[in-house]
Amino acid sequence: MEFRTYSSPHLPVSDSVPVMMQRVLLALLPGTICFTWLFGAGVIINLLLASITALAAEAAVLKLRKRPVTTLLDGSALLTGVLLALALPPLTPWWIPVVGSLFAIVIAKQLYGGLGYNPFNPAMAGYVVLLISFPLELTLWSVPGMHMGLVDSVVYAFTGSLPEQQTLDALTSATPMDSIKTRLGLSETLSEIQGSPLFGSFAGAGWEWINLWFLVGGLWLIKMRVIQWQIPVGMLLGLAGIALVFHAFDPDSYSSPLFQVFSGAAMLGAFFIATDPVSACTTPRGRIYFGLGIGVLVYIIRTWGGYPDGVAFAVLLMNMAAPTIDHYTRPRVFGEKG
Amino acid sequence: MAESARSFTRPAAQPFRQLHRFHGGLKLPGHREITAATPIRQAPMPAQLVLPLQQHIGEPAECLVQPGDTVYRGQPIARQVGDISAGLHAPTSGTVLAIEDRPVAHPSGLQAACIIIETDGEDRGGKTATRVDYHDLPLDELCDRIRAAGIVGLGGAGFPTQVKLGCNARPIKLLIINAVECEPYIACDNRLVQERAAEVIEGVRILQYIVQPTECIIAIEDGMSAAESALQAELARGNDTGISLTRVPEIYPSGGERQLIKVLTGEEVPSQGFPADIGMICQNVGTTAAVYNAVIKQQPLVSRIVTVTGEGVAQPQNIEALIGTPVSQLIAAAGGYNAHVDRLLIGGPMMGYAVANDDIPVTKTMNCILAVTRDEMPAPPPAEPCIRCSKCTDACPADLLPQQLYWYTRSSNLDAAQDYNLFDCIECGCCAYVCPSHIPLVQYYRHAKAEIWTREQQTRASDFARQRHEARLERLERIKQERAARMAKKKQALAGEDDSGASKKAAIQAALDRVKRKKEQSHATTKNTENLTAEQQQLIDAADKRRRESSTQSADD
Repeated sequence: MEFRTYSSPHLPVSDSVPVMMQRVLLALLPGTICFTWLFGAGVIINLLLASITALAAEAAVLKLRKRPVTTLLDGSALLTGVLLALALPPLTPWWIPVVGSLFAIVIAKQLYGGLGYNPFNPAMAGYVVLLISFPLELTLWSVPGMHMGLVDSVVYAFTGSLPEQQTLDALTSATPMDSIKTRLGLSETLSEIQGSPLFGSFAGAGWEWINLWFLVGGLWLIKMRVIQWQIPVGMLLGLAGIALVFHAFDPDSYSSPLFQVFSGAAMLGAFFIATDPVSACTTPRGRIYFGLGIGVLVYIIRTWGGYPDGVAFAVLLMNMAAPTIDHYTRPRVFGEKG
Repeated sequence: MAESARSFTRPAAQPFRQLHRFHGGLKLPGHREITAATPIRQAPMPAQLVLPLQQHIGEPAECLVQPGDTVYRGQPIARQVGDISAGLHAPTSGTVLAIEDRPVAHPSGLQAACIIIETDGEDRGGKTATRVDYHDLPLDELCDRIRAAGIVGLGGAGFPTQVKLGCNARPIKLLIINAVECEPYIACDNRLVQERAAEVIEGVRILQYIVQPTECIIAIEDGMSAAESALQAELARGNDTGISLTRVPEIYPSGGERQLIKVLTGEEVPSQGFPADIGMICQNVGTTAAVYNAVIKQQPLVSRIVTVTGEGVAQPQNIEALIGTPVSQLIAAAGGYNAHVDRLLIGGPMMGYAVANDDIPVTKTMNCILAVTRDEMPAPPPAEPCIRCSKCTDACPADLLPQQLYWYTRSSNLDAAQDYNLFDCIECGCCAYVCPSHIPLVQYYRHAKAEIWTREQQTRASDFARQRHEARLERLERIKQERAARMAKKKQALAGEDDSGASKKAAIQAALDRVKRKKEQSHATTKNTENLTAEQQQLIDAADKRRRESSTQSADD
């Protein structure tokens, strides 16, 4: 009798990339639902456009590269599309998610060799390209809770025309972080600014809930061991830590750590974007430094930079530093003198 | 079930011992319940026994018998060669049929020199020796009995026991008796302890007497309560002091020597070092029973307990079999194969190896025969790109960075792989088990290690060739010069007094000096492979051989 032979270990495998990606997508669901609830059908349109483009681009490049197109099923392209869409404002023309997704998949991911080889987070690379190239389209945030219906949103995304008696000005407003930045420039104090209806109980109105739900999803991912705790904890600590220093020093000009970690893309970034394993640090200590670095950079960009939020830039900058951090944070090997 | 082990609770009802934890590791499904609860059965006497000359780490034994010889049970049939080696004994009486190459338990299906004995069913033993109290024996003789019994580490590594005991080479503070079966499915040690606690404990006392440690711990696993009570009863009966029993959590690979030492003491065996370097010795519990047999019963190691299990066999159980019994007969003793058997593993499911057929003999180190179905262990899915998720890093009990090692191995950057401590990898398989991309990481590391060993051997060989070449050139030059000198002398003698002799002599001297300088320069040293102890060299050679074959085999996969 001839038996089949394989290399050890022989126990059936316990995990797979598609399962990991599915779990990440599942964990995004609460935050995404909240986001849609507050900002309307535009979110769904962005999600669909970005995902479909990502999948189509991935399939096309895989075919060009003569790789099995079934690789598509690993879910990584879909996740990139979804993350990009969640970073976009809900009132964008259709080509914004499409262009961003194309850049993310074709340039930032596949041209570097596909899954596992991209040095930069593809979704953030796509987002930053859009932010730099089309700053106007990327800053049109609607007021949370004040949004158009599905049909109107579709019409707006594809034609750019709004329904009768509806103006862009009425629909959109500055985001909480935007308004802090501009109004601080007008010598208002933080307590005055935060009195406006743009602000909720501890951060931006609506935004605090979106962040809270992404936090819930992220904690579930840690519990399921899809991601490790070091990067999110590092990033939130970095962000809250530096915010605390400045807030304690001048609470009228610098927002509280709580506001910082529940604003903008902080939670989405900490649990879902910075944790992209391919472009992040891999050593346990390195992951903490990587997270801390992102947190501090986010704060710097938010507070003194030219853009309202800084997650994308911070992640890309730390992506560059990741190999170096890994090099200097190698763990002590068992039995080696420490 | 596949969670990496981050924390565990200390077992209750134990004399207080602060347990420690090693990094990584896995909580694996046990699959031990059936075999751990079934009594050990004696395998039927096979018609033929096949005894490989190499069943241990080190030099193969040297055959002492010839075809046609009649042998009795316990008769030495092959003797130890060099320090790190172990002898062989006839497991029963019979006739030597042949000494020839036969397939042995090896991942490559390798053939190796074996002594084939046709059994006569009478099981005649030699003269029975009188029992003596081992306390009356000089230490040397005690060690010699263990050596003469051909005992090797029965946990799987097969390191000759007398070498490990070192017989008073240096002070030992802790003697650990390892009854932790870290791999799933295996239960032979568990059963042995349950059924023969008295023998085990007596063996421990002998080892204790030889090693004279400050402390002695028998380590068992959390799930082994029957074994624990058997040992406790025995210890209470003997009123032993200095032997304690400690339960360690079921985390793979806590049965590994280094990991077990870490769990029990918090100390780490130095990378590339041995437990004795930190004053500790670790012996498998089966080895302890073999020591008992050797010293008290004066019986050499001729049988062992093998767990025959998996969904591929009809009646999984532990079977005590003579060394040399064909695996096929143990399978038959366990009720034969089930219909959907797909893979046959020697050893556990994490570190064991798959063999192509069952026509191989039981060896001293074979603790488990695992016949599995396709449902139980499906073929590994195809490997996908590494996404650097570092689950492997979190699972690695040696604190390595498996994904970096994989990266460097794959790109044949072997220097970098070595720099990332490739040789500290114990090949436990944790990394490959958790890898979501299903990359056969262990196979990559084995390949890289084999490659590096081959490269070092080649360097050594080419250095040797160069030295020989240079020596030859030097010799030729010397002969030429000697001839020239002789000629000059002759000429001088013929031509009478002449001044040219002195200048010629100077030229010759200058040439000789040149050669000498060159010779001195040519003694460049090779790195890493100098100053190996005999032991290390043995290990390297043995492992090298194994790797080379396994890498050839894996290339065929």
